[in-house]
Amino acid sequence: MSFDSIYRIAGSAMHAQTVRLNTVASNLANAGSAAESPESAYQARKPVFAALYERDSLDGSRTGFAGAQVKLLDVVSSGRAPQRRYEPGNPLADRDGFVYYPDVNVIEEMADMMSASRSFETSVEVLNRVKSMQQGLLRLGES
Amino acid sequence: MSIRVDADLGVHVRALTLRLQRSEVLASNLANVDTPGFQARDIDFAAEMRRLESYDEQPAEAVPQLMYRVPSQPSQDGNTVELAVEQAEFSRNAMDFQTSLTFLSMKFRGLKQAIEGR
Repeated sequence: MSFDSIYRIAGSAMHAQTVRLNTVASNLANAGSAAESPESAYQARKPVFAALYERDSLDGSRTGFAGAQVKLLDVVSSGRAPQRRYEPGNPLADRDGFVYYPDVNVIEEMADMMSASRSFETSVEVLNRVKSMQQGLLRLGES
Repeated sequence: MSIRVDADLGVHVRALTLRLQRSEVLASNLANVDTPGFQARDIDFAAEMRRLESYDEQPAEAVPQLMYRVPSQPSQDGNTVELAVEQAEFSRNAMDFQTSLTFLSMKFRGLKQAIEGR
């Protein structure tokens, strides 16, 4: 049946977008946390998505013919150099009075967050539509 | 003359199956809206229906031919999914599914009335 593969596809998309929202939350939460050295400064994290075409189910029978789930390949750090700020009053400051802030672009993260939550809502809408399609099919022949 | 249920239900069963398969393709497009390099795909519904009509005997599992969607504005990362277009197609497809379902249940009601002789 084709319905369960649609549920799987929408579920995988929701999972991927949740992970994306998680990284955004973590990046925003740590945007203002200073560190005593460039190495220990927080690095912004980003998820990497890929399409996973499903053709065979576990028992070898064909289920979907074209469905593509979203696969979360990895969560990578941005690798951008942290910003150095002169804050001699900060208890974390090094000998020269510098602390290191993570290079998180807050505006970029907010835009990413909106995009992720929009995509999540789309998946929820797909699930609702497919649910009503299946319910209609189940009621076939009644009355 | 006997009632042949298969022939009486006619085109609606095939249309329903094809609508379901198409909704899977469109759901994949919607799921991969943020996947770099993903190519949106779709089924040409009219062409597939004509192809199914052309068979004398229905194949056990008809696999529709998938086409690639041509985006109106290609994006930098190679993703050709356009969220609004896919959402509109998905909801139209779901409505057409409901329409086929309604036709089918009307057919069933007609058969039932014929059987009961009212």
